[in-house]
Amino acid sequence: MATIATVLFNGVAYGMLLFIMSVGLSVTMGMMNFVNLAHASFSMLGGYVLVVVTQQLGLPFLVSLPLAFIIAGLASLIVERTIFRYFYGTDDLTQVLLTLGLIFMSIAIITYFWGGTYQQISVPSWLTGQQDVLGLTLERYRMFLVVVGAVLALVLIFGLERTRFGACVRACVDNARVARACGLNTELVFAVTFAIGGGLAGLAGALSANLLGIDPNFPLRYLVYLLIVVSVGGMCTITGTLVAALLLGVADVAGKYYAPEIGGFVIYTITVLVMLWRPHGLMGRRA
Amino acid sequence: MSPITEPETATRTPANLYFAGLARWSIWEALFWAALVGLFFIPDANLPLYGQIVIWGLFAMSLDLLLGYRGIPSLGHAAFFGIGGYAAGYLGKFGWTEPISGLVVASLLAGIIGWLTGRLIQRVSGIALLMVTLGLNLILYDIVHRQSGLTGGDDGLQGIEIAPVLGLFRFDIFGRTAYLYALAITFVLFLLARALERDVTTVFAIAAAFAGAAGALLTQTTQFVSPTSLSFQRSADVLVILIIGGTGRLYGAFVGAFLFLFLRDWVAELSPVYWYFWIGLLLVVMVAFFRKGIVPSLETLVGRLRRR
Repeated sequence: MATIATVLFNGVAYGMLLFIMSVGLSVTMGMMNFVNLAHASFSMLGGYVLVVVTQQLGLPFLVSLPLAFIIAGLASLIVERTIFRYFYGTDDLTQVLLTLGLIFMSIAIITYFWGGTYQQISVPSWLTGQQDVLGLTLERYRMFLVVVGAVLALVLIFGLERTRFGACVRACVDNARVARACGLNTELVFAVTFAIGGGLAGLAGALSANLLGIDPNFPLRYLVYLLIVVSVGGMCTITGTLVAALLLGVADVAGKYYAPEIGGFVIYTITVLVMLWRPHGLMGRRA
Repeated sequence: MSPITEPETATRTPANLYFAGLARWSIWEALFWAALVGLFFIPDANLPLYGQIVIWGLFAMSLDLLLGYRGIPSLGHAAFFGIGGYAAGYLGKFGWTEPISGLVVASLLAGIIGWLTGRLIQRVSGIALLMVTLGLNLILYDIVHRQSGLTGGDDGLQGIEIAPVLGLFRFDIFGRTAYLYALAITFVLFLLARALERDVTTVFAIAAAFAGAAGALLTQTTQFVSPTSLSFQRSADVLVILIIGGTGRLYGAFVGAFLFLFLRDWVAELSPVYWYFWIGLLLVVMVAFFRKGIVPSLETLVGRLRRR
């Protein structure tokens, strides 16, 4: 019983990481119809911000997290303004190829500066080790992840439903053309949403470095997970993304724990079945 | 959700229409194949590399049947390449060493699985289609990768034996037989593809069979097959090759393969890390400025020059 609870908990912690990593992609994909595989590269960037800030500059872990958010957000804003905006409205395949090309370039650039090996990560002592909670022995770092993920999910849902900017985002998702005709600066809304989404990906990259490790192949390794979360959850629904991320996290951890010999088989099969059954995702709306 | 602008649709001409208006062979087509044969007679030519180029060209051409003929993108085309490759590998390992019949069997197997896949994906499109093809590819990779008792895992399948082609031509270390064999098979399949016009499920089966033939050719000419032959990386590579060369022309696949493998061979000697950077940059530049790919862009250019 205790192991089931621990596996479940570890899965939820992993799912929270996947949620933070992919929520930006889900929103921008729904909003601009833009398939941005390079979203995974912004996560990697966040991971390397953490490495530089904590290892080379010697600043505390908690300082590196907002920095990862800001730098990855700025980077995605720059890429959106200089490249992506010329590709809105092109077909899926063109966007897939463009952003795949960017992933390849980002891998090479990171390898050029930091080499191809895994980076050493250290987190503060209050986040290491284990803690007894209600008779379960849980890792502190994973507890931290669950708390951060839950807080962010609440903030995002609240922000999207209750704030003025959230209303603008929803208007753009529902019908960008009408929103623009009503005087909404859709370009600005797109750019800011993109920056926030990229920033969250960067934050997730920094948070995941300790758990998943960080090396130049990070984007290709987690790209598939991102795509699964977004397509299974359905585009542009924060709850859908959260549910899909938690499901995937638990399924992946449980699969690796109870049946390591079949590995990724379970999650890939579920993905294919969900896509055949509901092409717009579990909670997605019809296009 | 709604796109900001209407999606571009007219960038890619379906290949069947293109070749229907081209029932007779042009001088360029004849020259193209003559040049490939001519490569064989150049002294000290890097035939193993050219053999790879022809095989990758065939592989990319099979994807063109999907993308160029029917507008179906696939992120998992390497699955069929791998099925053909492993089928040819097992045949060679367990005594069926005759290459041509082995190739046919491997290709048929890939075709049957392709036909089933085609039925499965008939109703999905867009992102869901990309995810299903990617997912199926990953499932297959995972199985092959983990069943190392059966497949040799990462080390690949060892001990594959292939008899001489037609009982006469042994596969030599200079890749001479391999090159001509690959070229001959590719040419025959090209002729088939050129005459093709079918519905979605059948095209998927044929594309899969051709990809399987390419995989089988690679296994037979190198006497080796490993899980990388059906990795996502390979699916991405073949898509890149086709997009660089241009879809809907069949020849684009070969031009793309030539450029891709030649560049890779050349840059990889400097540093394999930089290879990624350049191929990424090439991809970005291609979709930004030559969205149609090399062969169709050249055609437009030649057409414009002629009209002057």
